[in-house]
Amino acid sequence: MTTLSSVKTTSGLASVLAMVVMGLALMFVAGHAQSATLHDAAHDMRHATGFPCH
Amino acid sequence: MFQRMLTGALFAGCAAGLIAALLHFAFVQEVILLGERYETGELSHFQGSAPEAPADHAHEAGTANDHANGAEAADPNALTRNGLTVLFTILIYVSYTGLLVAGFGLAETLGKRIGAVEGILWGIAGFVSFQLAPALGLPPELPGTVAADLGDRQVWWWGTVALTGTALALLAYGHHAWKYPLAVGMLALPHIIGAPSIDEYYGVAPPEVGAMFSARVLGVGLVVWAVLGWFAGQLWERSRTA
Repeated sequence: MTTLSSVKTTSGLASVLAMVVMGLALMFVAGHAQSATLHDAAHDMRHATGFPCH
Repeated sequence: MFQRMLTGALFAGCAAGLIAALLHFAFVQEVILLGERYETGELSHFQGSAPEAPADHAHEAGTANDHANGAEAADPNALTRNGLTVLFTILIYVSYTGLLVAGFGLAETLGKRIGAVEGILWGIAGFVSFQLAPALGLPPELPGTVAADLGDRQVWWWGTVALTGTALALLAYGHHAWKYPLAVGMLALPHIIGAPSIDEYYGVAPPEVGAMFSARVLGVGLVVWAVLGWFAGQLWERSRTA
């Protein structure tokens, strides 16, 4: 039982970690990356969510 | 669990992003466009200011703004610009929701149940972490505002978000008495260090416009985060019992 529950916990934590990485990556691309195209496209929303822009 | 989190992030994030876009166009976009007209020099703060300036100023701004709205509607670039704003609003809110449901997943792994009510509280905590606390040092800026080095501001922003979010989680779920001084210290630290700033102000837009922009951004953010948390919590609970 202990082994089963610890396997479940480990798999749960791995899923959580994967989700965190995906969320952070998307936030970086949409909100922080400074390529000119991305910046121009996301410009109004970066200002309107308070991300540091320019 | 990963699929449950991903589904929640996509559904709740898209819904919240659409609501955010709606509120953005209702309250925020007109202030951005007005700020840009000062940035480009089309409007000038205190231009020809006379003793009766306040009334004249308001009248001029009102008239000019009506004109701007007409021009905006006829501008073919406006459709692309606003379409991209909707797209990126959804992307940003999906990313917020992804991190929120990752928190739900972590809570469940540690034996905590999250439903709609907890979701609202988590959503408000998300707003405080991602928008309110960073805004104390780096208030949402009208386009055209001159500020400190971008890299420094981004580092301060990420640090403030991480410390504030961790402190709130500690306050909510910590078990030991030392959580209080530790959390207060984490909440205060970014503001004791201070956000990167410059020694002078170069803003060309009237302070009223900048203040209106910051207030509306934060107001819209609070509403959308609360709805996002409620919806994500609701989905999370339903997918657990399903």
